[in-house]
Amino acid sequence: MSTTYSPGRTLPLRVEIVRQFKRRRTLVMFGLLLALPWILVIAFKVGPQPSGQGGGLRMSDLATAGGLNFAAFALSVSVFLLVVAVALFCGDTVASEASWSSLRYLLAAPVPRDRLLRQKLIVAVGFAAAAVVCMPLMAMLAGTLAFGWNDIQVPGTGETIPAFDVLPRFGLVVGYALVSQLVTAALAFLLSTLTDSPLGAVGGAVGLWIVCTILQAVEALGVVREFLPTFWNNAWLDAIAPEPDLSGMAKGAAISVTYAALLIALAFRRFRRKDVVS
Amino acid sequence: MRRVATLVVVLAVLGLAAWLVWPSGPGVRAQEQVIPVMDGPDDDQRVELDTTFFPPAGGGKAPAVLLAHGFGAAKESVRDQAERLAEEGYAVLTWSARGFGRSTGQIALNSPDYEVKDVKQLIDWLAKRPEVLLDAGGDPRVGIVGASYGGAIALMTAAHDRRVDTIVPQVTWHDLADALFPNAGGDGEGVFKRAWAGYFFGRGGVTQQGLRALVEPQRPLSAEEARCGRFLPEICEVYQAIAATGRPTTDAVELLRRSSPVSVQGKITAPTLLIQGQRDSLFTLAQADANARAVAGPVKVVWFDGGHDGGNGEADYLTDLTLGWLADWLKDKPQVAGGRHDEGFTITRDGGRDPGTRQRIRLHPETAAYPGLAGTTLTQVPLTGGVQNVVNPPGGSPASISTLPGTGGLLGGAGGQSALGGLSLDMPGQSASFESAPLAKPLQLTGSPSVSVRVTGQPGEVTLFAKLYDVSDSIQPPTLPASLVSPVKLIIPDDQPAAQATITLPAVDHLFPAGHRLRLTLTTTDMGFATPADPASYQVELAGATVSVPSVAGLAEPPPGLPWWVWAMPLAAVALAGALLATGRVRRGRVEEIDPDAPPLQISGLTKAYRNGEKAVDGLSFRVERGQVLGLLGPNGAGKTTTMRMMMGLIHPDDGEIRIYGQRVTPGAPVLSRLGSFVEGPGFLPHLSGRDNLELYWAATGRPPEEAHFAEALEIAGLGKAVERATRTYSQGMRQRLAIAQAMLGLPDLLVLDEPTNGLDPPQIREMREVLKRYAADGRTVIVSSHLLAEVEQTCSHVVVMHRGRLVSEGPVAKLLAHSTASTNGHGPRLEDVFLDLIGEK
Repeated sequence: MSTTYSPGRTLPLRVEIVRQFKRRRTLVMFGLLLALPWILVIAFKVGPQPSGQGGGLRMSDLATAGGLNFAAFALSVSVFLLVVAVALFCGDTVASEASWSSLRYLLAAPVPRDRLLRQKLIVAVGFAAAAVVCMPLMAMLAGTLAFGWNDIQVPGTGETIPAFDVLPRFGLVVGYALVSQLVTAALAFLLSTLTDSPLGAVGGAVGLWIVCTILQAVEALGVVREFLPTFWNNAWLDAIAPEPDLSGMAKGAAISVTYAALLIALAFRRFRRKDVVS
Repeated sequence: MRRVATLVVVLAVLGLAAWLVWPSGPGVRAQEQVIPVMDGPDDDQRVELDTTFFPPAGGGKAPAVLLAHGFGAAKESVRDQAERLAEEGYAVLTWSARGFGRSTGQIALNSPDYEVKDVKQLIDWLAKRPEVLLDAGGDPRVGIVGASYGGAIALMTAAHDRRVDTIVPQVTWHDLADALFPNAGGDGEGVFKRAWAGYFFGRGGVTQQGLRALVEPQRPLSAEEARCGRFLPEICEVYQAIAATGRPTTDAVELLRRSSPVSVQGKITAPTLLIQGQRDSLFTLAQADANARAVAGPVKVVWFDGGHDGGNGEADYLTDLTLGWLADWLKDKPQVAGGRHDEGFTITRDGGRDPGTRQRIRLHPETAAYPGLAGTTLTQVPLTGGVQNVVNPPGGSPASISTLPGTGGLLGGAGGQSALGGLSLDMPGQSASFESAPLAKPLQLTGSPSVSVRVTGQPGEVTLFAKLYDVSDSIQPPTLPASLVSPVKLIIPDDQPAAQATITLPAVDHLFPAGHRLRLTLTTTDMGFATPADPASYQVELAGATVSVPSVAGLAEPPPGLPWWVWAMPLAAVALAGALLATGRVRRGRVEEIDPDAPPLQISGLTKAYRNGEKAVDGLSFRVERGQVLGLLGPNGAGKTTTMRMMMGLIHPDDGEIRIYGQRVTPGAPVLSRLGSFVEGPGFLPHLSGRDNLELYWAATGRPPEEAHFAEALEIAGLGKAVERATRTYSQGMRQRLAIAQAMLGLPDLLVLDEPTNGLDPPQIREMREVLKRYAADGRTVIVSSHLLAEVEQTCSHVVVMHRGRLVSEGPVAKLLAHSTASTNGHGPRLEDVFLDLIGEK
């Protein structure tokens, strides 16, 4: 073997980041996520203003109350986009290499299979996390510039919470959004190792999200629904209430971590034994 | 994989089917019988009660439960509840009260002379049943459960029959006179609750009730039936009198009170679970409050989200409460006799939204003792608003609207309260309003607030309706909690200009959020009540500066702890994931001694079968020495590419092994770093340039850039300036050359190329041939697969011929040609002929 070869130095993160970042779909997805808050701002500015002070008390009515309200609104309406972004970054990563045939050259380089998956998973989850974080941050920035830096108004009751009290909770909200996307990420990643079609992996993960969302509307399922990976997706709303309730987020995080751990373990186990024929 | 998925689906379908057809518990039998009873003031009237008896599901002797129905219904309306109780191990008796269903007799409004005597004889009947547990001879262990009309009979019977061990009256009255003629401003004659009274009386008729009345034509009634329905004539007369005038007569009040628990104060000693609805403008929470004070035994008071005006109803919650109470007082009675462990106060409150479903959830906070409607603490909220003029419109119309009675029961839950979406309408000119400042902090109202007002005007009766609104100062309209109003009738004496009264506002549980205002509105009309027809005008002002708002301290429900699975499941999943990874580890051969003399490639007994069992490579063995250019020759499907993939560690062999420089090839084996490969076409990232592709590929090997020999590689690729373009713009030949250059990066000791000349033009093919020969000349080894015989003949020193996965021949090209037996047609032996001969297709 080559004397300078060391398995631990193969496929450095820096290399994988460059390989993925220069892709058009990565740039388009980030562009979309960063533009969305501005599109919403324009929509609110152009659309007819609600009559009276503050309008109603739904989250969409309160979106123009300030940067924080706007960010919360943007996060609540863009859940599906974030799911697609996460599924894209995590589902595309291995499957696209397989579809380009570059996977076999990486494996024969040789990048050990576990290491290849690990590095790819870290980079893909990193991109996904960046996507999930950048959208609310940009929304906060856009909302603050457009509507001012105001205390947050709670949907439903209209109570206000001081902006600086809610800021750490907002961090919690974004953190929870990250954790709750772990299932999508892990499933997309598993599918990515099973198929040579990037679209199949991304679509499969998004499809499961849609099926779960439909299933959780079936009340007859009762308590079973609590164990659907999407069931607690909106639990972060409880963090921006006057009395924050973290129980829903704890349950959601537990479900998310559970599924993600198992799916990722399966991904590694299957990929090790897989015959790479692409 | 597919088999596992199929298995999972089959198991899931089987499980679902089993769950659907699984026999559900032993069915509850029902025995219908007519029980004749004697009642009336002189016990001389024979009535036949239509009854159904449900023996306890478990058999044996069990406590009994008498299950009473509501007004206008019959025993069938409680059948589901009866079956549920029977399943829980109670002997249950349901009956149609006299005047309802198929029972004979006339309605006497739970009179002690009639209905109470009937139920006492039902208890006698129960005492004779073999299924019923007895406390003493003729004294069965029995509880009575019922709602509304059925709740009142429970209270009345418990007062008159000491054999009753416990009662669960729901949404019922304490004083029927007060319920129909309420006066929140004093003890005087009240305001006739006309809409409810008419509705209530109408349901005692002989017409069909409920939804059937809406869809089926009604049969013609006789004059007497149309006038009095199935009411006892004396009750009919009383109702006719009060409904026409809107004023209670002494007779009426006396008759109504005789049918009310108010007449049996202190006589009820059985433990009582009082369940009253927060959405009930007929029998308000104040009725339950009075009942709680009238009962001498242990009392627990429950305010649930429901009542005669609708609301959620909370059927499951009430069932659980009732079952728990009955179990405590009927089943466990010997252990807790005399214990007042179940007293207290439970209330249903909005608990925000469920974190998962985002639907409203209800909390049930409780305290150890029932505090009454005055709460445990009073908050004085200042109100402002000067003297205001109000008028009573002639004829009392248009009238303000708060609750539309009756729609709740008829439409099954979609209550009168929600018919208007909780909106309350006050007619202009008829109302005076007094408002507080925005609240600095949230105010929880639990009970009846009170306020003092003064009314100036012509001497005589003044009818007012008091409401306490929650005003949010936004475009959301003010809300009237539970849509309840307090009717007030006060009298301005002849010799004075004004009257003053302290008004008890409706008992509700409501949270006024911070920033909201309280608004007291006094209006002269309300659609649900009888109001004076004569026009009048008054000045209304506050007599006291504040409204006093009761709260109940300690009404809190501890937040439920996180379920065990929140901690256990992720931990278990991580452990399981670890196990999956640990057991799934591909065994890597022990680090083998490096043998400097080992051949570049040694394949022994290599076998790989497709999924369908056909063998792609079958027992292949050969060896390649240093400096050789080996041609791997065979037709399509001979197993050449599969063999090469196994050399790269991409495919796991079923049997046999491949050794490169003496090291066994496994996925990611370090020895692969001495192998450069190009198999089955190039693989590049289309969005990167040729140069970036090569540089990133080399960076991925983790080896230092100076070892890569980029310059030589790019020269072999010969792409010129195109090397800076994205590879998706390349032609197939360009990609091919770039891929071969990538295989040569780092000048690997063993180069494996699959059909390297595909897609190249003749000058490039010639050049490639020379490159490969030179490459091997330095002591390196090259393996080239091809189906082009001329190619192999001109490039390779040695050849391995494969056919259908098997080795057909191997050796130096020259030797192979020399040993050919093929006919030469006068020319020298050609590899093509040799090959066709070898594979037996000539």
